Amino acid sequence: MIINHPLLGPRDASEFTYLGDASLIDRPDWQAEDAQQQFHDYLYLRDNPAGEHRELWFHEQGDRSWLVVTRNTLTHEITGVELARDVAMQRGRGR
Amino acid sequence: MRYSGFKVLWEGLTGNRGWQPVWREPEPKSSYDIIIVGGGGHGLSTAYYLAREFGLTNIAVLEKGWLGSGNVGRNTTIIRSNYMLPGNEPFYELSMKLWEDLEQDFNYNAMVSQRGIINLYHSDPQRDAFARRGNAMIMAGADAVLLDRAGLEKQCPFLDFDNARFPIKGGLWQPRGGTVRHDAVAWGYARGADIRGVDIIQNCEVTGFLIEDGVCSGVETTRGTIEAKKTAVCVAGSSGRVMAKAGMRLPIESHVLQAFVSEGLKPVIPGVITFGAGHFYVSQSDKGGLVFGGDIDGYNTYAQRGNLPVVEDVCEGGMAIMPMIGRARLLRAWGGVMDMSMDGSPFIDRTHIAGLYFNGGWCYGGFKATPASGFCYAHLLAKDEPHPTATEYRLDRFISGGMIDEKGVGAQPNLH
Repeated sequence: MIINHPLLGPRDASEFTYLGDASLIDRPDWQAEDAQQQFHDYLYLRDNPAGEHRELWFHEQGDRSWLVVTRNTLTHEITGVELARDVAMQRGRGR
Repeated sequence: MRYSGFKVLWEGLTGNRGWQPVWREPEPKSSYDIIIVGGGGHGLSTAYYLAREFGLTNIAVLEKGWLGSGNVGRNTTIIRSNYMLPGNEPFYELSMKLWEDLEQDFNYNAMVSQRGIINLYHSDPQRDAFARRGNAMIMAGADAVLLDRAGLEKQCPFLDFDNARFPIKGGLWQPRGGTVRHDAVAWGYARGADIRGVDIIQNCEVTGFLIEDGVCSGVETTRGTIEAKKTAVCVAGSSGRVMAKAGMRLPIESHVLQAFVSEGLKPVIPGVITFGAGHFYVSQSDKGGLVFGGDIDGYNTYAQRGNLPVVEDVCEGGMAIMPMIGRARLLRAWGGVMDMSMDGSPFIDRTHIAGLYFNGGWCYGGFKATPASGFCYAHLLAKDEPHPTATEYRLDRFISGGMIDEKGVGAQPNLH
């Protein structure tokens, strides 16, 4: 698989390590009433879809940026690559 | 029809005209006591043990494709019970004992071959860890022998003992481990269940569950609605997408594991051998092909094929322990979809929906568990309480703190 890095252009997937579903960006509020249940769901439960999947890849053998890759889990086709930083900012997670 | 040596001889002499289909192809009825979703190894063994052990036969096994078309026909056929943790090892040892009696039990030649499995160790700390694991196995009634270099050289003189990076110091040997003809396991269980009256329905995809007020009363399928008092899902790699139809999210990701077969060779490898410093395992099939594999590819996928970097990694692992393997040519490579759980251990449990049961999360180790998985799932379905060896395989273990993480790597499915 070739991942089209937003800053570096096309790179082989073997340069990256894989973390998992991009929902891991949406860390729950630790002060919420039901924080325990929320953290359980956040850490352990997955949608695990067959089809389009947004997921986190780390460019470990490159510029060490985190990417959100949109990839089809049935065909391995990659349809979108964003910097995870930008995605997190859009979701109001940046500081 | 019973199989026997005499029957084979008789049919051989009379033109093989007396063989019959091994199972019926019934139309689905409108209702059953129990529906099993998934006609792979685990689903069929569940049906078999429900009928044989618990006398329940008003059962249907629904299979989307043809029988045994998933991972039971795609694995590397290894059986072993060399786990360490208390929640796991007694279960896998039960499985090993069931393997040992299997062929007599269901009167079908599954070619169970206890040719032994050796996990190589490459350093002193790894030897100590394997000694500990061997002791845990022996305490659970399994067998384990710690081999030093001399003991290992007697069995496997071809290993690269003096490898500069990962010298081979010895191995943990389980003599009762081995290999089984994987397709025959599915066929044997299917035949055994069918003879006892279980309906095995192929080409019947489950498209939804009948759930009302938190009670599941059957399934919608491509061949109509079928009602059931209990619905038991065991669909391995498809767990995520099937249980999503019941509105459930699981502690599971689907990943692909690749496997490989070389051209046929004269006997060179006596049992199963696994690399202790990378991830590589190999055995030789009765046809002579070297059957081997390694790590999962490491990203979510439902495609039954992988990518080239892992092929290279697996072959490097092989070359590191037995350079002779470099002379063999690769014949075939394929992939199977693994239901990788968050702690590397499986689930055999009820769900929060009454009448709906779940069996899955077998990671890349489901084949060896086939008999015990079916036996324990049947126990749960028949008695509504878990089998004593499978009490830890709960869906709520991540919130209760009862994880069974053999490798200790945490909630990262692609590392298990």
